[in-house]
Amino acid sequence: MKILVPVKKVIDHTVKIRVKTDATGVETQGVKMSINPFDEIAIEEAVRLKERSIAHEVIIVTIGLETHQDILRQALALGADRAILVTAESATMLEEFDSLDIAQILKLIALKETPDLVIMGKQAIDDDCNQTGQMLAALLGWPQATFASQVTIESGIADVAREIDGGIERMAFQMPGVITTDLRLNQPRYASLPNLMKAKQKPIGTMKMSELNYTPRQRIVTQTVFNPPKRQSGQTLSSVSELTQRLFETLSPSS
Amino acid sequence: MKALVIAEIDKHSLKQATFSCLAAAQKLATTVDLMVFAPVDHALHTYDFRGWSNVILVENITCETHLTAEAMTETILSQASTYDSILFPATMFGKNIAPRVAAQLNVGQISDVIDIESSDSFTRPIYAGNALAKVTSSDTVKIITIRTTAFSPIAESGPSSKKLTCPFLMEKWQKRVWVEKREGTQNLRPELSTAKVVVAGGRALGSAENFQLVEKLADIFEGAIGASRAAVDAGYAPNDYQVGQTGKVVAPELYIAIGISGAIQHIAGMKDSRIIVAINNDPDAPICQIADYTFIGDLFKVVPELIHELTTRKRYG
Ligand SMILES: Cc1cc2nc3c(=O)[nH]c(=O)nc-3n(C[C@H](O)[C@H](O)[C@H](O)COP(=O)(O)OP(=O)(O)OC[C@H]3O[C@@H](n4cnc5c(N)ncnc54)[C@H](O)[C@@H]3O)c2cc1C
Ligand SMILES: Nc1ncnc2c1ncn2[C@@H]1O[C@H](COP(=O)(O)O)[C@@H](O)[C@H]1O
Repeated sequence: MKILVPVKKVIDHTVKIRVKTDATGVETQGVKMSINPFDEIAIEEAVRLKERSIAHEVIIVTIGLETHQDILRQALALGADRAILVTAESATMLEEFDSLDIAQILKLIALKETPDLVIMGKQAIDDDCNQTGQMLAALLGWPQATFASQVTIESGIADVAREIDGGIERMAFQMPGVITTDLRLNQPRYASLPNLMKAKQKPIGTMKMSELNYTPRQRIVTQTVFNPPKRQSGQTLSSVSELTQRLFETLSPSS
Repeated sequence: MKALVIAEIDKHSLKQATFSCLAAAQKLATTVDLMVFAPVDHALHTYDFRGWSNVILVENITCETHLTAEAMTETILSQASTYDSILFPATMFGKNIAPRVAAQLNVGQISDVIDIESSDSFTRPIYAGNALAKVTSSDTVKIITIRTTAFSPIAESGPSSKKLTCPFLMEKWQKRVWVEKREGTQNLRPELSTAKVVVAGGRALGSAENFQLVEKLADIFEGAIGASRAAVDAGYAPNDYQVGQTGKVVAPELYIAIGISGAIQHIAGMKDSRIIVAINNDPDAPICQIADYTFIGDLFKVVPELIHELTTRKRYG
């Protein structure tokens, strides 16, 4: 079984982002970047399936820029076998892709690589879209299992526990299909130094967007990015009875 | 302009999320229809369909039907051709289906919309709400998920709606994807995303047993319970209690955060609450910077005292 894991390079989740003064986006200059945390969970799940001999190959793919090699090396150090980098002409162009563009490109890669399973993040923590996995499944005509917190693979069937509004849903699909990861699926490992060294030997295939014969749609366009309204900081209370008083006032504003 | 809203329901009613979506849809279209995935008889007897144009009831659904994203998508697509926009609540339910519908229509999807400027211009949070983006879409059909806390639900009023039906298209999928079971969280409390009061607990609670302190406080307000990711990961609270960037978004009248530090991912899910109260032993915790009222102290001392005072006052006061 072959698993494809799409990953995105995003601003690290610990960074406090700053909106650019010209309102075109968010400052990325000199800011720490990482693999999207949900994608790390996806890599971990794929690697575990390989370690249990359920999968025989784990392929990472990112649509990005030359400078995104580093996250692919990172993914290879975590146990993936090889990686594919699809490069956009420019950073601006990459930013202008909407989720459907990304899903269309991933579809072309999936048709080439014919994986049995795609495991990917439920959400990229920069655009917070939560779309690409579902779109990819639809474009391929495959079933999907989103927000997975447990995955079991047996005789061509993926059994998935999904985190839903009212609890957990247990569902299953006939592979091939797409799984998107939720936080509780696993705890990703750290790449060890020897594995980081070994990862340097693993292959990364690079191709230009233009080689894929896909014309981006770029239909959903970000016009401006701005700061949300700020909350005023409040009062520090020093006694429980004062707190009780405030709570009563809050709930009956008229009194 | 015509809009279609995909209803989110529970056994007893159309959920508030549905009414928020209808409110958003009214900003986009003069005709707003509603599509309901429920057994038709049950729907007709249980739900109050008033105030909007048509209700599309999906036929041949029973309690045993597998409502998979795949089959729901096919069904929605069978009705999509006359609509300029299709709206879903930005809940796990809506997020699961909307992108699938969009991709099959070869259009984009706009997630988590908090404001609608015009029929092709929308505002949505990015980076866990630390920035807002104004986006435009040049697609002919707009597929949108609505952040329900940002739109006041419309009232159920007006003449009763015209009922239409359409078949549930599951044949293509039923052998390829199915639901085994749903394990619902036993919950007699108000729903987290629409509750007036939310009491939330974090890692500092230390155990599922101690988490009952949060429950007791919530009981006094007849409120819902929330949790930080750390509390959910540690097993103190079920997954669907998680508030935040990747959990639920809430905006109650009152949010009480107990032993929660206020990581950006948590704040993303509750910062639009009207009044925020933080109980924390660290005055430098980020939650204290956004709280209206902060109480610095040991939660194991403060919360029992607070419960005591509140019950006493409630009883005599
Ligand atoms: C991709 C990603 C997505 C995430 N999504 C979410 C999300 O949706 N929701 C979410 O909540 N988190 C999310 N997180 C996790 C988030 O970053 C924080 O790790 C988490 O919110 C911390 O939970 P906490 O505040 O309970 O724990 P901590 O940060 O450990 O805070 C505990 C707090 O309790 C206080 N405390 C300790 N003892 C006491 C005491 N006796 N009395 C009073 N106060 C005490 C401490 O001072 C501290 O402020 C996400 C993280 C990532 C990477
Ligand atoms: N540029 C990209 N390259 C590869 N995978 C991506 C890219 N953008 C998004 N993804 C994948 O899609 C998931 C969901 O992203 P989104 O729909 O943008 O929230 C991510 O967790 C990734 O797995």
